[in-house]
Amino acid sequence: MDFNTFLIQLLNGVQYGLLLFLVSSGLTLVFGIMGIINVAHGSFYMIGAYLAWSLAGVLGSFWLALPVAIVLSVLIGLALEWLVVRWLYHRDHLYQVLCTYGLILVFEELRSVLWGDDVRSLPIPELLNRSIPLTDTLSYPVYRLGISVVCLAVALGLYLVIQKTRLGMTIRAGASNRDMVQSLGINIQLVYRIVFAAGIALAAFAGMIAAPVSAVAPGMGNHVLIICFVVVVIGGLGSVKGALIASIMLGLVDTFGKVLTLQVGGLKLLPELSSMTVYVLMAVILLWRPEGLFGKKF
Amino acid sequence: MNAFRNTGANGLAGIAVLAAVVVALALVPLLAEKFYVQFFAKILIMGIFAMSLDLLLGYTGLVSFGHAAFYGVAGYALALVTPQYQAANFWTSLPLAIAVSGLVALAIGFFVVRMHGIYFIMVTLAFAQMLFFLFYDTKLAGGNDGIYIDVRPVAKIGDWQPFNLDNFAHVYYLVLVLFVAVYVLLRVVLASPFGRVLAGIKANEHRMQSLGYATFRYKLACFVLAGATAGVAGYLAAVQFGVVNPEMMGWHLSGAVMMMVILGGMGTLTGPILGAAVWMLLELWFQGLTKHWHLLMGGFIVLTSLLLPKGLIGLFGDLLHRLAKRNG
Repeated sequence: MDFNTFLIQLLNGVQYGLLLFLVSSGLTLVFGIMGIINVAHGSFYMIGAYLAWSLAGVLGSFWLALPVAIVLSVLIGLALEWLVVRWLYHRDHLYQVLCTYGLILVFEELRSVLWGDDVRSLPIPELLNRSIPLTDTLSYPVYRLGISVVCLAVALGLYLVIQKTRLGMTIRAGASNRDMVQSLGINIQLVYRIVFAAGIALAAFAGMIAAPVSAVAPGMGNHVLIICFVVVVIGGLGSVKGALIASIMLGLVDTFGKVLTLQVGGLKLLPELSSMTVYVLMAVILLWRPEGLFGKKF
Repeated sequence: MNAFRNTGANGLAGIAVLAAVVVALALVPLLAEKFYVQFFAKILIMGIFAMSLDLLLGYTGLVSFGHAAFYGVAGYALALVTPQYQAANFWTSLPLAIAVSGLVALAIGFFVVRMHGIYFIMVTLAFAQMLFFLFYDTKLAGGNDGIYIDVRPVAKIGDWQPFNLDNFAHVYYLVLVLFVAVYVLLRVVLASPFGRVLAGIKANEHRMQSLGYATFRYKLACFVLAGATAGVAGYLAAVQFGVVNPEMMGWHLSGAVMMMVILGGMGTLTGPILGAAVWMLLELWFQGLTKHWHLLMGGFIVLTSLLLPKGLIGLFGDLLHRLAKRNG
């Protein structure tokens, strides 16, 4: 592998990792702050992609579709918290998993009713549909770079909101002692609703910006969900910093697992078994640190 | 003393009820058409599968979200030892499939049983998905199409063939016999000192540790037993349907079987069986209603998990309790 190919794969890996971070940050926030394990989180990645695809068709522009889709996904998040999730706060994780597993079936089927079961594709928006030439034959698409930049900006924004604002302070306080915050006169229910909707919107937003570079397809949320579970487990549950580091690690491992070749004694391991690399990484890290890289001990 | 006498009476009554249920189930092939016989066999297979999960979920407090892995692996074990256009030997392939499931459970369990709570849920799911992708993405065993088992296993002892698995009624009776065997085995295991340790781990693992129990080993043994039992179900499913595919270890099935256990009632053996039956009947009913039956199934799961924390057994129990109160 020469340097340019390496550079391209490196950028791809980081971009994939950052996209994973957008989805998994919502998952880890909702768990860390509200204590809710939401296995339907991946469905919102899918819903985001389908919203972007259908709204871009209706409104005629990806850039118009984006804000509308974000607003819609926040509304869906608020409604879902009010309808279902708020009944789960004091329940065992088992019931949270089950209930949200039921939600996956509902969302997957609603998607089938609303948008059908065909694989869709969304063209890359005109403005960013160009490439940066690296050598005479190799180039890198601007849109993918754009995804990385946007994801980094969101990561920075998350950090600022959680660490530097009053809302962030309330959120952190609520995560450590819900009852105390409530008795100080803060409407913790409202804070939870906002956090849940924000988590949902992050996953949906990841789906929207990923839609032009990946197929908009049924079941696309499930694959992402499982990978995000791995991210969150490696990074440590509830840790946004851990999610960021684990996402980029997984993005790189997954990308290079697909392009490198590895043989041990005539047995072809890579790229044949590339879909397993991330799980192997998880197993190794968990043997070393059962609570993940930045997790609290349970 | 009164309490002891009651347990004894309950135990006898339990055996009587079990015998009556088995006799009733044994009559099914004489009375019903092929479709329903196979449907009942499917319920019993899922019943075995759900009981095996309840060993972890209800009795030991280990919420496994990847239990389908062991079910699927056993099916694949049969498919892989079946030569093309020929039959495998039933007497060797069944123990082999169970052993494979048990070994896979040992390997995965070694990593996962040291986890707690939510980590356990996520990591069991991740390992099951890892196996799923191993079979789905690689050409190791038919890829995402799976493998057809063209000829069902033959159960010959010398020249004598006690049963023929091409006959759907024989398959049904085989399933029934194994179902009863698994039920009795789990009953015995759960009543043994080993079973009491599992109950102790569920109630308070730290206390069990300070009492000197190496809980890791007990949990691992329980995980392997549950995996091997799920393997029995997976083998039977492969025999009945004549095909295995990666969906057999997919997380939809893991979720569904978890739902059966919860629906029926965790921490009992009758509950998961009841849950499996209700689940399969609901599926059959919803599928007849609409193409988008997943919507109904999903809605049903959401409502049950919100409204029925103790499952159907708990609901019946509450109703009986209320009736008893009103009458007496």
